[in-house]
Amino acid sequence: MSSIGTGYDLSASTFSPDGRVFQVEYAMKAVENSSTAIGIRCKDGVVFGVEKLVLSKLYEQGSNKRIFNVDRHVGMAVAGLLADARSLSEVAREEASNFRSNYGHNIPLKHLSERVAMYVHAYTLYSAVRPFGCSFILGSYDQDDGPQLYMVDPSGISYGYWGCAIGKAKQAAKTEIEKLQMKDMTCRELVKEVAKIIYIVHDEVKDKAFELELSWVGEVTNGKHELVPKDVREEAEKYAKDSLEEEDDSDEENM
Amino acid sequence: MLEESTESEWQSEVKTGTTIIAVEFNGGVVLGSDSRVSAGETVVNRVMNKLSLLHDKIYCALSGSAADAQTIAEMVNYQLDVHSIEIGEDPQVRSAATLVKNISYKYKEELSAHLIVAGWDRRGGGQVFVTLNGLLSRQPFAVGGSGSSYVYGFVDAEYQKGMSKEDCQQFVVNTISLAMSRDGSSGGVAYLVTIDEKGAEEKCILGNELPTFYDQ
Repeated sequence: MSSIGTGYDLSASTFSPDGRVFQVEYAMKAVENSSTAIGIRCKDGVVFGVEKLVLSKLYEQGSNKRIFNVDRHVGMAVAGLLADARSLSEVAREEASNFRSNYGHNIPLKHLSERVAMYVHAYTLYSAVRPFGCSFILGSYDQDDGPQLYMVDPSGISYGYWGCAIGKAKQAAKTEIEKLQMKDMTCRELVKEVAKIIYIVHDEVKDKAFELELSWVGEVTNGKHELVPKDVREEAEKYAKDSLEEEDDSDEENM
Repeated sequence: MLEESTESEWQSEVKTGTTIIAVEFNGGVVLGSDSRVSAGETVVNRVMNKLSLLHDKIYCALSGSAADAQTIAEMVNYQLDVHSIEIGEDPQVRSAATLVKNISYKYKEELSAHLIVAGWDRRGGGQVFVTLNGLLSRQPFAVGGSGSSYVYGFVDAEYQKGMSKEDCQQFVVNTISLAMSRDGSSGGVAYLVTIDEKGAEEKCILGNELPTFYDQ
């Protein structure tokens, strides 16, 4: 659904006659051009998966990470303009740090996502600045409140989710996520499913090489957000590749 | 020995020369205090309640300079009101204690007050925090104020882990009673606040209802 808002789309401080702020919608289009990131909440934690497109063979492996650590117990996966996302991760870090300094404990994820969303929203109010061109998914695990997952988009809204996807293949990813019974799964089971979903939604034709970034936070990591260890990641990628081959095989049988 | 004081009583700082105590039990806390406020040798208020509300289920006990302690308590009460609305639930006792600690530490050269923060929250149950001079430490029980020096031996000997709510209340009343009888700056009535999951219950024990010990 693309429409041109001629004349009403030059600044974020202008409404169009049908009540839209086009600059914010254009910012969301920037997110849709980026590769996919997903976050899923399960029984005992949260798992993030990012399809990191490798644009050049000269890149060092592991550079341009799209999953950030915001606090010990909070992780953030992003899609959209990476520079905007990095700047927002610093904002989120500062919020979490100030909260801990003032109140003496971990920031609740709902509160953190509301604070960062408020910050993102502020940039949609003035013509002097442009909105942030990135969406991000925040996840955390806490002994008392369990796993939490929130998503913030360029308009400055934050929603809580059991599973969500952002980026170019978000619709396809959402369909796959909806098939999962995430409330009954553990992190170890979920890691494999997340890898599989990223492999499924990756478009071999349009985009060539990609790196799979996987991270988790939950009981399995004692509440600390970290990148998935190498052996778990390799197992998950193997599971993902094997499942894809199985599907290819079953397609051939039908022919 | 009896000297005439050259300064008038209004020139001495108003101190809550005090006895305050807070004790954890399984499922809540009991706070207790005396009620004497002195300015030098004069008792300015003999019925002051030194147990101040910070939030529904978090109280603090005031000691030291009356003005400093009251002001800190009021500031933290305001900050906790805002904070609990922002996070959408009751604040943690640790948050209240951290807010008190931050003020006490930042202005430690100018202030002279020691607050014991105690309360109940759903994560940690009953908790007692000490914030003397800007430190923050959680303890099973804590005593403070000028009268506390006289009862350290008593509380150390008599405190037991796993006391019931009623045992704690009795322990607190006994401690305050003993301190009031030895400390010239503590006296009046005893105030008690018991906080648990259901809420906070305030009680006042008049002088003639306090427990007596061998010399009384």
